[in-house]
Amino acid sequence: MAQTTHTSTGHAPAEHGGGFPPFDSSTFGGQLLWLAIAFGALYVLMSKVALPRVAAILEERSNRIEGDLDKAAKLKSETDAAIAAYEKALADAKAKAQAIAGETRDKLAAESDARRKALEADLNVKLAAAEQQIVDGKQKAMQNVRGIAVDAAAAIVERLAGQAPATDEVEAAVSRSLAQ
Amino acid sequence: MADPIHQFQLKTIGQPLFHIGGTEIAFTQSALYMFAAVAVITVVMLMATLSRSMVPSRLQSVVELLYNFVADTVRSSAGHDGMKFFPLVFSLFIFILVLNLAGMLPYGFTVTSHIIVTAALAGLVILTVIIYGLMAHGTHFFGLFVPSGVHPLMLLILVPIEVISFISRPISLSVRLFANMLAGHIALKIFAGFIATLLAAGAWGILSPLPLALTVALTALEVLVAVLQAYVFATLTSIYLHDALHPGH
Repeated sequence: MAQTTHTSTGHAPAEHGGGFPPFDSSTFGGQLLWLAIAFGALYVLMSKVALPRVAAILEERSNRIEGDLDKAAKLKSETDAAIAAYEKALADAKAKAQAIAGETRDKLAAESDARRKALEADLNVKLAAAEQQIVDGKQKAMQNVRGIAVDAAAAIVERLAGQAPATDEVEAAVSRSLAQ
Repeated sequence: MADPIHQFQLKTIGQPLFHIGGTEIAFTQSALYMFAAVAVITVVMLMATLSRSMVPSRLQSVVELLYNFVADTVRSSAGHDGMKFFPLVFSLFIFILVLNLAGMLPYGFTVTSHIIVTAALAGLVILTVIIYGLMAHGTHFFGLFVPSGVHPLMLLILVPIEVISFISRPISLSVRLFANMLAGHIALKIFAGFIATLLAAGAWGILSPLPLALTVALTALEVLVAVLQAYVFATLTSIYLHDALHPGH
């Protein structure tokens, strides 16, 4: 089979050497030339055309991913800022509400205090007036008591002595006994 | 039994084209495979990157994976500044990978089973290392052969060893790829030949499933070797380029 192929393909370097084809130096020149052309062409095509295209695709993708990650980070920081602002607003509102509540409470307390004081003053005035009235009443009553005592003394003396004593004397005697 | 060496025979397509200093230059199936590989690689790369979609199609995904795979290899072995050699390493990797795999096709020819091809590629790598190393670092590049922190007397022994190890790099780089491809294809051909031989040997024919099973297993192994050797070539290239970038030990 080998022999027939040799003859059919015409010129085969091994025919005159008959040796091992990879060590047949008569084919080296041709192989080196074709290798130089083929590999040179491949190197130029890869380095100038194909690999830059793949690199561009990969870089574009990595840029895109990086950009998306940056965007996500930016959005996250914006969200964080919004949350912080919301929490601050909430805290402010709470503080404000507490302030208003405290103010209202103080105001109401002051008002009720003032009202209580006014009431107390009023009551004191009324109390003083009532006390005065009592004192007056007492005095008037005492005077009435004195009159009754004078009358009673005069009547007792009249009953006992049979004659009405002088009003001056009775009054003096009552005053004396009241003073005792 | 079929001749296991015949598959490595170069076949001229058409007539010899011209002569250079007594060497006959002819377009062979080897050249055809090389150009076909370049065409296939270029078409796949360009088609995959045609839509430039953000979410990659299958083909674009494959090309991106290849790109990142080689880029990671270069970055981890040659460092970040090694990325200036990325097109070279990628071209070497994809070229060797496609040629190795093309050799696995039935009736296919394996361009990388010829020592002159692998030697030329290894020579290209080593020349790149030496030329870039000298251009970037001048005579400091030779610091590569002088391990630092070693007693001067030891250098008498170590420097020759370093020089020999440097010289053996292109040899090992080329022979590794060549020998793997050559040996694998010869082994495949021999075991496949056993099947025919046993079938033709009457009662022994019942044993023919054995070499068939072995051939199937070897084919799987050879596909693995084809990919692995392309990767090994790219990795070693990156490691050698690391020396050109950072000659100090």
